[in-house]
Formats: sequence, C-alpha cells, structure tokens
Amino acid sequence: MTDSKYFTTTKKGEIFELKAELNSDKKEKKKEAVKKVIASMTVGKDVSALFPDVVNCMQTDNLELKKLVYLYLMNYAKSQPDMAIMAVNTFVKDCEDPNPLIRALAVRTMGCIRVDKITEYLCEPLRKCLKDEDPYVRKTAAVCVAKLHDINAQLVEDQGFLDTLKDLISDSNPMVVANAVAALSEIAESHPNSNLLDLNPQTINKLLTALNECTEWGQIFILDCLANYTPRDDRESQSICERVTPRLSHANSAVVLSAVKVLMKFMEMLPKDLDYYGTLLKKLAPPLVTLLSAEPELQYVALRNINLIVQRRPEILKHEMKVFFVKYNDPIYVKLEKLDIMIRLASQANIAQVLAELKEYATEVDVDFVRKAVRAIGRCAIKVEQSAERCVSTLLDLIQTKVNYVVQEAIVVIKDIFRKYPNKYESVIATLCENLDSLDEPEARAAMIWIVGEYAERIDNADELLESFLEGFHDESTQVQLQLLTAIVKLFLKKPTETQELVQQVLSLATQDSDNPDLRDRGYIYWRLLSTDPVAAKEVVLAEKPLISEETDLIEPTLLEELICHIGTLASVYHKPPSAFVEGSRGVQHKRLPGSAGSGESVDSPDPASAAGVTEAPPAVIPSQGDLLGDLLNLDLTPPTATGPPPAPSSGMQLGAMDLLGGGLDSLMGDESEPLGGDIGGSAAMGAGFGAAPAAMPASFNAPVSGGLDDLFDLGGSVGMPMGAYSPPKTVWLPAMKAKGLEISGTFARRAGVIQMEMTLTNKAMSVMTDFAIQFNRNSFGLAPAGPLQVLTPLSPNQSIEVSLPLSTVGPVMKMEPLTNLQVAVKNNIDVFYFSCQYPISMLFVEDGKMERQVFLATWKDIPNDNESQFQIKDCHLNSDAASNKLQGSNVFTIAKRTVEGQDMLYQSTKLTNGIWVLAELRVQAGNPNYTVSLKCRAPEVSQCVFQSYEAMLKN
Amino acid sequence: MTCLYLRAHSSAGASSVSRQSCHIDTELYSWHSHLDLAAEMIHSLFLINHSGDIFLEKHWKSVIGRSVCDYFFEVKEKAVDPENVPPVLQTPHHYLISIYRGKLFFLSVIQTEVPPLFVIEFLHRVADTIQDYFGECSENVIKDNVVTVYELLEEMLDNGFPLATESNVLKEMIRPPTILRTVVNTLTGGSNVGDTLPTGQLSNIPWRRAGVKYTNNEAYFDVIEEIDAILDKSGTTVCAEIQGVIEACVRLTGMPDLTLSFMNPRLLDDVSFHPCVRFKRWESERVLSFIPPDGNFTLMNYHVSSQNLVAIPVWVKQSISFFESGPSGRLDITIGPKQTMGKTVENLKVTIHMPKTVVSANLTATQGNYTFDLATKVVVWDIGKLNPQKLPNLRGSLSTQTGAPKPDDNPSLNIDLKIQQLAISGLKVSRLDMYGEKYKPFKGVKYLTKAGKFQVRT
Repeated sequence: MTDSKYFTTTKKGEIFELKAELNSDKKEKKKEAVKKVIASMTVGKDVSALFPDVVNCMQTDNLELKKLVYLYLMNYAKSQPDMAIMAVNTFVKDCEDPNPLIRALAVRTMGCIRVDKITEYLCEPLRKCLKDEDPYVRKTAAVCVAKLHDINAQLVEDQGFLDTLKDLISDSNPMVVANAVAALSEIAESHPNSNLLDLNPQTINKLLTALNECTEWGQIFILDCLANYTPRDDRESQSICERVTPRLSHANSAVVLSAVKVLMKFMEMLPKDLDYYGTLLKKLAPPLVTLLSAEPELQYVALRNINLIVQRRPEILKHEMKVFFVKYNDPIYVKLEKLDIMIRLASQANIAQVLAELKEYATEVDVDFVRKAVRAIGRCAIKVEQSAERCVSTLLDLIQTKVNYVVQEAIVVIKDIFRKYPNKYESVIATLCENLDSLDEPEARAAMIWIVGEYAERIDNADELLESFLEGFHDESTQVQLQLLTAIVKLFLKKPTETQELVQQVLSLATQDSDNPDLRDRGYIYWRLLSTDPVAAKEVVLAEKPLISEETDLIEPTLLEELICHIGTLASVYHKPPSAFVEGSRGVQHKRLPGSAGSGESVDSPDPASAAGVTEAPPAVIPSQGDLLGDLLNLDLTPPTATGPPPAPSSGMQLGAMDLLGGGLDSLMGDESEPLGGDIGGSAAMGAGFGAAPAAMPASFNAPVSGGLDDLFDLGGSVGMPMGAYSPPKTVWLPAMKAKGLEISGTFARRAGVIQMEMTLTNKAMSVMTDFAIQFNRNSFGLAPAGPLQVLTPLSPNQSIEVSLPLSTVGPVMKMEPLTNLQVAVKNNIDVFYFSCQYPISMLFVEDGKMERQVFLATWKDIPNDNESQFQIKDCHLNSDAASNKLQGSNVFTIAKRTVEGQDMLYQSTKLTNGIWVLAELRVQAGNPNYTVSLKCRAPEVSQCVFQSYEAMLKN
Repeated sequence: MTCLYLRAHSSAGASSVSRQSCHIDTELYSWHSHLDLAAEMIHSLFLINHSGDIFLEKHWKSVIGRSVCDYFFEVKEKAVDPENVPPVLQTPHHYLISIYRGKLFFLSVIQTEVPPLFVIEFLHRVADTIQDYFGECSENVIKDNVVTVYELLEEMLDNGFPLATESNVLKEMIRPPTILRTVVNTLTGGSNVGDTLPTGQLSNIPWRRAGVKYTNNEAYFDVIEEIDAILDKSGTTVCAEIQGVIEACVRLTGMPDLTLSFMNPRLLDDVSFHPCVRFKRWESERVLSFIPPDGNFTLMNYHVSSQNLVAIPVWVKQSISFFESGPSGRLDITIGPKQTMGKTVENLKVTIHMPKTVVSANLTATQGNYTFDLATKVVVWDIGKLNPQKLPNLRGSLSTQTGAPKPDDNPSLNIDLKIQQLAISGLKVSRLDMYGEKYKPFKGVKYLTKAGKFQVRT
C-alpha cells in the first residue's frame, strides 16, 4: 500500500471525515489520519481547520506520530496562535525526555513555531539544551538560537544566548562548532556592525580543527566564516592556506568552492617569490577543472566563478583551455559561459585551437550561441594581435556561408577589428559590400554604414551604397540614422565634388524631417561645421580615432576584488557587488582583498588603497574635449558662405548644443574607448567619428572659451553656508480612533548626524496612559530605536507630550515596499498598536557623503546607464547656488558646477547610511522653474525615493 | 540623458504614489507576514513535474505562495527544453535555484545571500536520497511515498541548515519501505520511524552506524570510467578526458578499517573523496585509507585530463552531406575499434541529431537497428557488440523538406559504448587490506569503461 491513497479523498466531506478519524480511539487509525492530513498539506491544501484535533494526537509514545504532529504544527501554528499554546506543555515535557532524539526534536520544533507566546516558554528549555550532555541536542539547540533571534532578537540578547553560542565555538564536538558558527553567521548577517564573530588566532585555530572533522555542510559554514578573517601576516596566511587546501579534494563542490574562496583571498598576502605561492597556484587548477564534470547546474555556478578567477589570476587555468570546449549537449547556459572563459584564456599560444573551436560553434543550431561565437572571434582578434589576420579570414569564411545572422554578427565584429587595426584589412571591404542587401538588423546595418563612411575613399561606389540606404531613412532605427548621417558627412569631406547633393539631402532629413533630438543635434552640428569652416570640419570629423582595446569587457578592478571575496555566493553568479542587492543586508560591508605583506614584489597585485574605485580619465583627453565643445558653442552665427542650405534658427541651435553637452557627459567621464562590440555611437548624442574626434584637436582650432566643459570641475565657491537639514512637517500617523484614544503624529529629522523620530503623543481617551514602549519591524535601511521611548510621566487625558527618539541604522534589514516604509509598534498599558509611516530618505544622507571628483567621474561612468533615472522638479524658484546650499544642509554635496548657455549643471553626491552612493546631475535654467535631476546609483531602487526627497528639500 | 525619457519617468512616479496609498491600508494585515521574511538558507522547496505542475511543496519556515514559481514557469516556457532552464533566477523578492533531475524540477526559494552551490548540492542530495530510498526518483514514486518524503525533507534540513544528509544516518531514523515492513506495519501498526538516536550522527565517523553485523562479509569496488571526448571531422581528438569513480559496496561486520592501494596512483590528476577517506595518508602514501560507510557509497571521484594521453576506443568514419539542389542528402557511417586494449566494445550506440529540415531517413544498417524520431530529428543506431572482423556500417539517403534550403548546421554524433573489465586510463587496484577486524572478507574489484559525453563532429 502506498501513500498515493491519501490523495484520493478530495470529496467535500473530507475535512469532516478526517476529523472523525483523528478522534478515533484506535492508534493506527489516528496515525493514518494524520498522514492523510500531512499529505494534503504537502500538495498545498488548507487543512488548518483540523488544528485542535491534530494537536490532540501529540501526547503519544509513538515517535512517528509525534513527528507527524510536529510537522503539522510548524506549518499551521502561526495561523492558530492561541491553539498552539495547547502544545506548549508537551514541548516542555519533551525537552526533559531521557531520549536525546526527543529532546532535540522538541527544541527544534519549538524554534520553528513562530508564535510570540510560545517563544517565552522556549527560553528555559533552550538554555538547558544548549548545555545538554548530548552533543546532538547541543547542535540542534545552537540552530534554535538563530531561529529565536529571528523571531525576537532582543529576547536572545537579554537572555544571554549569544554568549552561550559563542562558547559553543570551543565545544569538543565538531558538529556543534559548525552549527554554532552557522548560527552566529546568520545572526551577524542581520547585525552587520556587531562584533559577534570575533575572529582571532585562537578561534581560527578552533575552527580549523573542527573543519577537518565536521560534516560537509559544516565545512562550508566554517570556510565561509574563515574567509572573513584577515590574517596578521603572511605566515599566518600560509598556515591557514595549508590547512584549508585538503578541502579542495572534497566530493561536495560547495566545499571546494568555499575553500577556493579562502585560498584566493589569503593568497593575496603571500609574497610571490615564495615557493608555497607557486605550489598553491598549481593546486587550485585541478579542483576547478573537476567542478566542470559535475551536473550542469553546478557547472554553471562554477563557470561564473571561474570567470572571476581567471580575471584575477589568469595563470591558474592558462593551460586548461580544452576543458572549456563546448560539447554539443551542454545546456545553453553552460555553453555561453564556457565561451566567455575561452576568450579570457585566449592567448598567442592557444589561439589556433580556440579559433578552430569557435568556427565549429558558428555552425551549431542555437542562434544565440552562434552569434556569441562569432562575436568571440572578433574579440580574439582584438585581444591577440598576432591572430587578427586569421580571425578576419575565419570571419570571411563564415560570411561565405551566407547564413543571415552569422553574416550580420560577422560584420559587426569586423567593424571593431577595423577600429583596432586601422588601415590593415580594408581588402575585405569588397566582400562585405556584397552582403549589403542581406543586412536587416540595425546593429549590422549601422556597422556596415560606418565601414563605408570610414573607408569611403577606397570604395568606388560609396556614394551609391550610402544613397541606397538614404531612401528609407525615416524607417531606419536611430542607430542607423546617426551612422548614416556621420558616414555621409565623412564621404562628403573626402569626395566633396560628387556628393554635395547627398550631404544636403541627409542634413535636411536629419534636421528638418526628424523628430529625434539626437539626430537633429548632430545634424545641426555638422551643418554648422561644414558651413563655417570645412577645414575644421575635416579635422573634427575625420580625426584619428583612439584604438579600442579588449579590456572593455573586463570587470572593473575594485569590483573584481570585492567579488573575489564573495566567491561562491549569489554576488559571484551575478557579477554584481552584494550592495547591489538591497535585500541582502550584508551590503554595508565592502569586502576587500588583503594587501600583500611582502616587501616589493607586489607589482602586479594592485594596492587596495590606490585602486579604490578610481579609473582616472586620461588627462590628455579631457581638456581638449573641453576646448572643442567650448569652441563649438562659440561659433558665430554668420550666414553660410559656401555649401549647404541656410542654417537653422539660432534658438534651435542652442537647444541642440546644450543637449549635446548633456549627452556628451558620458564620453567626457570615461576613457576614450567605446564599448567593444557595442553600438557604434557610444552615447546617443555623439557619433563614433565625432565622439572620438577630440583626441587629436589641432591647436589652431582653439578659440576663446566661455562656459565650456572645463568648468565642470570648477566649484567656484558656489557652496555657501549649509543650512539645517530638511524635515517634513508632522503628520498624523496613528489616529486616536484606531488606537483606543492614543494619537500619534510625527516626523523625522536629522540633527548632528543622528536620526530623530519626533512624535507628539496625545491622550484622547478617558484614562491615564503609561508604560510606553516602541519597536520597529525590519525595514529597508535597518532603522531601529537607539534607546527606549522616553515618556517618563504618565500621560493624563487630553494631555500631549513631545518625544524625540534617536534612531540607529544597525537594526535588521528587510526590503520594504515602498522602500522608505517603516512599520512601528507602540505599546502602552492598554494595548499594542501598529502603524506605518514613511521617512524621507534624506534622513539617511550621511555627513561624509562628499565624493572626490575623480571618484565621482569614475563612478558615474561605471554605473550602467540602465541605472540612470531622470525626474523633473516643477515650480522651483531657487537659483542654482541657493539650491546647492539648501541641499548641502541635508548632506547632498555639490561636487562640481558648470554653466552652459544659462543652464547650470550641478553634480552632486550623497551617501546613504548603508553605504549606497547616489550620484546626481541637477540642471537648473535661470528663469525656468522646472529643474531636471538625473540620478545614478548602483541600487536603482532608491532613485525614486531620493528624487522625492530632492523635491521636498528644494521646495520647503 | 535625453529629454525623451522625462515624461515616461514622471508618469511612473505618479503611479507609484497612488500605489503607496493603497499599500498603507493593507499594512496592518501584512505585519506578521513581513516578520517571516527572515534570514535563512533554503526557505521552501517545490517539486515540479515535466508539464509544470507543482506536486509537492515543503516550507521550512513560513508558507510562500506558489505564485513565486510563476517566474520560473515564464523562463521555462522560453527555454523550450527543460535542460536549458538556467539554475539561478532572480525575482523581485527571492532567488529561485533549481535542478533538473529525472524529468523533475527541484526548485528552492531563497531569500538571502546563500552560496548557490550549497543549495544545488543539497537539492541533488535530496534527489539522491529519494532515489536511494525508493529505487527511482520520479513523480509517481514521490507521490506514492509522500509522507516518507516529507519526513525525510524535515530530517534533512532544519532552519535551512542541512541536518542529516548521509543515507546511513537517515535510514536509521526513517526506515526505507520494504514490502515486508509495509505488510508488517499495516498489520501491527508499527512505525517506520526509528526511535533511537542514530549512532553515526555524533561520532567522528558520522557515516557509519555502530553494531553492523553480517554473516557474509564482503567488499566490492567498481572502478567506472567515462570518456568525455570531442573528435573532429577527420577523427582527430579535439579534447578528451576521463571522469572516473570508484563505487563501493561494503558489507562488513563491526568497524573495519580498509586500505585500498593502486598500482599507478600517479595517473590521477584530481581526486575528490568521500569524507571517510583519510586525506593525509593519500597525500603522503597515495593509498585510500578509510572506515567505510555501511552499504553502497561513492568512495572517490577522479579526473584524468588531457595532459595525459587519453585512449579513444573506437574510430568513426562518417560522411553526412546534403545536396545543394534537391531535397535530399546522404549518410554513411562506419565504426571500428581503435584502442580497446584487446577487450570487446559492447552496447555501442550512435545518436545523430539531424538538422530540423530532415523529414525522413532511408538507411540500411549492416548490424543492429536504427530509428528516426521525426519530432526530435534524432537518428538512433543501436549496434550492440562491435565485431572487429565485420565493421558495422549505416548508410542510405535522407530527405529534407521540399523547398527548404540546404541545412546550415552540421549534425553531430554522440557515441555510447561500454567495455567490461577495462579502466581505459589504465588505473589498477593492487590490493585491499583490512585492519581492526579478525574475519576474512570476500573482496572483489570490477572495471568498466563507458562513453560519457563522447561526441563526433561532422
């Protein structure tokens, strides 16, 4: 007989029948009935109505029946808290049972019943179980502390359970140690600043001893805990590494990867000339390779981590290229990851093999994979110079297959190859042009057009080719339109005599017949350049472009360092810092690799301090770009002399120019290279040819500059005296009607770096209120009362009292919706009341939120554009300095200001209490009450709140 | 940063404000449920069958609604093949980590930063345990034993921490069903839950229970090697490696301490051991010294990679071509022995994934049978034993859809085979010694070579 019989009774009277059976006298019938109930529960049916009847079966000697009832209790106790109390006595009794299995079971189950009243009864049994003679009970109790902490953190602290838990780290039984570490790690996670896991050489030694003897899961907890330790010197580091290395041979891949994390981190401290360093590097390769023979899901996680490891220490796997070769029946997600790593490992030594493989992949079935393989060939060409020729010929072979999407991808990457090796492979252009008609994807069309424009002088019929695209100009995507515009202007500059008509046609299409501001802007700029000074136009449009390099797809070094510290975690799978997961509460601690302790050998291991988030913009580029754009804006508006139709009205011109500057910020911020394999027009407003131009500006083109981009870094004393932080007016949070006469209204303020919750408590009832206390639910930023609620005197009827409650931000964290929502429970002698309120996020802006300019630049660039949001603030009548002052009062710091055509751009930074940075660009135009604010943040969830705060701060 | 985005954003702002006001009304009700969203490892587990029905759910803390699986279903729809569903998915409030085993998805719901490998390993362990208990891991078997499965899950994980995952320990606490016990339990009302503490739980050897007794003492070891290889068109090895495993079946009385030594241990590039193996002895002497778990277990996994030359047991001569004109193509495959060390190749099978446009295959096999599945476009040629005197050949014509162009993608061949009494890496066990017990056990070692992911490109 099987359990499937339990599923057959789905009739209406089922619950009724079960009830009767549960109350049967026959033991066996009872057990069968409980089993039926559990079976219903497992498939998601609601059998909570049977609660009292099931609980009645709890007092039994039959362990199986007891376990089944416990299972049921855990599932439903919360919905029936009062009934659950009925079970307490049995629990307490079971905690004293001579059989350790039953003691452990009881304490374990009690911890899972998340009902406050039960929790109170749990403390005494738990205290006994933590000191039980039987280690099985102790290890179960250790976990129970974590459960209890989750229900009532204060209680756990008050009862001293945390200290007992810390003592268990020295327990004689390794399983107990492992569970204590696991429990402490979990508790520490919700208290990021607490010093629960105080790691010192003694505890480390204990952990390392337990590591050898505990279960595989315990080993993972201990290894993850070890990874947080910073050894005092390289000798300690080496000795820990030596003791962790055997874990690389564990059958459990999670143990292996956690060990790899510890080793990768501690290796940083070892001097590179040490023999042991080399030994360790050699030891890391085989286990990583073995991970790739595991189940595909494990492979996937391993591959994501190997991707990080090969970026940090390429030497580990440099000889293991072949294990990343893709097999026909690998799942697609494994295939794509393998491909990525193959390119990272590609070098002159193995490029022939890699190319042969990639070519093979390009004929596979899966379209996504084929596309990526073709792109990979392009990346190889750019990465390994010696292979470029071979890559190009491979791509040409692929183009010959005429498979549509292969051809299109190939053309996109060939464009990149041209940018990396100019004037080298133009012989293939003819072949490319043959495929012009088959291109239907914007990216490929744009790439092709770019190639035609760039090499117009070598393509006899370039004008015809471009003209053919022009016919359907308005049906093309923006990307293609922008490229077409630039390409035709290039063509014109190269062959002015034959193409006048064409250039006029495209300029008029772009400026007069298009609604796209980017396109119009670019059109106007070209138009004016061409009409005022064709020689200058040539210098700008046909300037030598900076080369692109393969490094564009590497993870930024500081982020990489942080991710290496998080090997094996979700952060390592997503390649995002843990702070990007607002939900994860660990966001506050930014882990860094320890610096090398060796003397001078750390040349290629970046010093953490100097590498802190700064990708310095090459100094040669920025000033010249500033000059250029300044010049552009100062071109006088004289009527056209030589070519082209009349210029556009000047107002339109100004608007266009300003937008260009806004859009140009991206390219200003960063280094000179465009995203590799990305679209050609790196930023929307700047074309490839144009955006790259400033690198080679001739000095003769310099004209007087006013309000150019070089103003960007001029603070110009625009920051005045800070004013007080913004605090919204009080609102009623808890109406008297809902709280038996207690009315609470309140607001939040930040004073001298302390967040204050200011409340007015009014007693609208007939009796005196006393014994006030307050508690917060977990919230997005860990707000928690920093002290008790100070209501010293009883509150008599009709009396009001003002209370100011200082708040800390080290409480438990949970993401709320909306983000700044705070759920509060207030207790008095009458009852407990719940309400929720929202705090302005500006309360969380900390005083040291001023970012270095260079860091600002690098960060702005580094945050992906998807994370940018733009808002408009209406009806604000401050000038930019006043706005800047006002915001500074609330810890929004202006880092730079520049003025363009009467519009002020303020660049501002803000830091939240949990370490999240928010970067802002605020645009203020004199006489226009509407501000525009663009926010960039790694955690884009906060942008909306920050914007609301901006609005509130500016308007109050 | 163009003005175009502006309008879209401000309107989004307005709608979120209205959502806030609605939210406050429901706040009081959600207070408790918010409290549950706490930090722990694995929050919930859903078992989902091939067609997307959830047939079992287990929550280690609060109940999470099934709707969380919708994100998963969405991705599953897109992925077409269930094998291609990515194992880690992010949803607004949870992470979903899943594995696909035996046509079932094991989907776990995670709320905090947890090592994903930890979760995936655990899920595989759950599947292994079900397999071990009931002989297979399928929807029917789980449904037939749902209460036992539920009890097992409860025993395996506590508050998200794995509790007992060793099959030996679990079996002491929850006895696997046997026909006899089911009958006895039904008659007597007996229980299948052990009521004493599993002896292995706390000792330093958690994998072995105390007081094991057998009348026939025996220890068998199977050295099984799988060849993963890619051969290119011309038959040259692109890459090849061997994944080896030593499966043990040890039924020995008392607390035996075994030592297994190899003739040529230096062959092994990387090894991973069952926790029972003493790593120090391996490091210093290259022998496996261990107190074995009782029953079946995997003693070690090893890896022999491309650095050593991997022997390829068969050669494949193939030509599959499609004609530029006319809806057809030709196929001709011959297989012969290569490096078989004098052993016979058995269970030889060739699987060919045909391009999508192929509609039928008219082939003749000199040995074995072939089938063509129109739905999956797969030709399976089941050859059986490879006779070196009379090489098997499959040839004939393929028809493609009329009007369809010549297929772009090359088909690929997957080879299955078995060679008894051979470990293709050359690994040999030299001796097995037992200490700690007096009796003389019966010992045996078997070797087997199989094709793993063995692929021939065309």
